Amino acid sequence: MPAATRPASTIARYVSSRLGQSLLVLWAAYTVSFIVLYALPSDPVALLAGGDASDIIPEQLAELKAHYGLDQPLVVQYLLRLGGVLTGDFGSSIATGRPVAQVIGEAIPPTLQLAGLGFLFAVLTGAGLAVLATYVRSRAVSTLLLGLPPLGVAIPSFWFGLMLIQWFSFQLPLFPAMGDKSIASLVLPSITLALPTGAMIAQLLSKSLATSLREPYIDTAKAKGADRRRVHLRHALRNAALPAITMTGLIVGQLLSGTVVTETVFSRPGIGRVTASAVQQQDIPVVQGIVLFAAAAFVLANLAVDLVYPLLDPRIQLTAAPRRRRQAPASPAVAPTAEAAEAPVPDIDAVLEDAR
Amino acid sequence: MSETAALLPDSAQHPAEGFGATSADRFADAVADRASRSGSRTRWARALGWLARRPAAALALLWLLVVIVAAVWPGVLAPGDPLAGVPAENLQGPSAAHWFGTDQIGRDLYTRVVHGTSLTISAAAIAVAVGLIAGSALGLLSGFAGGRTDAVIMRAADVLLAIPGLLLSLALITALGFGTVNVAIAVGVASVASVSRIMRSEVIKVRSSPYIEAARASGNGWLRVLVRHVLPNSTGPVIVLGVLEFGGAILAVSALSFLGYGAPAPAPEWGALVSGGRDFLRNAWWLTTLPGLTIALTVLAANRLARGLDSEGATR
Repeated sequence: MPAATRPASTIARYVSSRLGQSLLVLWAAYTVSFIVLYALPSDPVALLAGGDASDIIPEQLAELKAHYGLDQPLVVQYLLRLGGVLTGDFGSSIATGRPVAQVIGEAIPPTLQLAGLGFLFAVLTGAGLAVLATYVRSRAVSTLLLGLPPLGVAIPSFWFGLMLIQWFSFQLPLFPAMGDKSIASLVLPSITLALPTGAMIAQLLSKSLATSLREPYIDTAKAKGADRRRVHLRHALRNAALPAITMTGLIVGQLLSGTVVTETVFSRPGIGRVTASAVQQQDIPVVQGIVLFAAAAFVLANLAVDLVYPLLDPRIQLTAAPRRRRQAPASPAVAPTAEAAEAPVPDIDAVLEDAR
Repeated sequence: MSETAALLPDSAQHPAEGFGATSADRFADAVADRASRSGSRTRWARALGWLARRPAAALALLWLLVVIVAAVWPGVLAPGDPLAGVPAENLQGPSAAHWFGTDQIGRDLYTRVVHGTSLTISAAAIAVAVGLIAGSALGLLSGFAGGRTDAVIMRAADVLLAIPGLLLSLALITALGFGTVNVAIAVGVASVASVSRIMRSEVIKVRSSPYIEAARASGNGWLRVLVRHVLPNSTGPVIVLGVLEFGGAILAVSALSFLGYGAPAPAPEWGALVSGGRDFLRNAWWLTTLPGLTIALTVLAANRLARGLDSEGATR
């Protein structure tokens, strides 16, 4: 059904079901992180007390455990921590004793700068490369350009960052090698962060651009006299960008986890550095806080896509029911006709699922 | 990737024996058997011809073979001791005597890279094995059982996918502790969700294909169909996926060893070698450049080979 005739109740039901699903995913992510970090055999308090805990008397150990609530049964710990998370209390760091929410909160601004610029670089270079590779007439140039993204995916970003430092800080002193004092210090880290993401965007977009350039509406546009650039940018790119938009959540997750390596390489403060040192010190509450933070970022990005996508693609049918997996057709003989009948009205779940 | 399952030749199926087979089933198996016997003679020739037409895939395969030799018999490529240094020859650039130069205590970097191969490659192999075995078991179950089982497994996969792979690995390392094997397991577990989703969609596609209908119609039980028909016809895509995951696993494992969560200090893990060269970036470029280049080439080769195998399945 077209966007204009969607009744308000359908939209309200769609939005609320998406919100509910997001909350469910967050709760499940909390559960997964709890199982991984608290139910697996590890003893953060003993680690805190000095590895084998030989220089600490059992009473002190018990006291420490009680302090962090680690002496209680797992189910009680699970519920207590869940209650804490719901009220904004993520516990406190075992290494420093500071509240996890504060540790992460302080680290967000520098990481946001880095990830924001990295996102910009990734989208601009990735999309630029894809558009150029499908636009140029020379086959050799196109092949060359399309050969770049697989390279970008294969290069380890920690190494790429070090190479950038070597070339553009030491050989040519253009940018500082570390720190977060100036805008210039943001350039090399965000290029490093953008590399795998930009390569992924370029691969995805060039493929979907090539597909949409073969669609009949391209012929129609050409027949109506639109010039090549207009056909490419207005008609093909706009349609090809739709599947790429569904990848936003994945891109946000990739950028966020990329900061662990990037911030370590460039000695910048931020979420990535907090993560790296928390893992180093086996600081379980901080690691859990970061996992939840990342899951929340992913869920928010996906929620935004879910809400915006129907506006961008009015053909989409809204489904408020919990996501139902498409089952394979029962009999292959019937399949083609059934698919043909469904084709004109793609279901939003189907579209988003294909991409994710 | 998605096309491969249905397009694989029937030679992948094995002849059936036993009393349960119906006559139609036995006939089909006999045909498949003959196809596979005549196929095996020309298989090598076909593979060589395929490689000759694709120089990039051939180069990738060659590089991977060198890497495997380095991993299994490092002494063949580098007879020296990766841990023994000659302090008088420290921080020398690449030369005929030291192909990759030497590090700060005079150890030969080429020897260290070659001997580090087995650590990195076996960690990546463990990661792929964990991811593929657990992921395909879940995907197979999900795609085959359908209904509630399917819903539960796929919901769980969705949740795991909500946590970025590297962060999930880091959480697992926090709980399991450091070391090459723990890093490998962590990387493998982080890939289970995506593998299970790919496997599930593959299974659903195979399940609805005509020969499965035929096998079912001949009176075979689901388990028999699963083992005899679905599994053999899913090996192609799983192998392609394995090679592709292998490249990603090398990247993840070396990133984690770069961050210092892998084997302890003197072990020449590839990521750790790059990290060790960090302090000498200004005066000894080879210490970071060359081990990193080795990682990049290996990942590129694995990805290239996976792409070649994939397009092979799709076009045949």
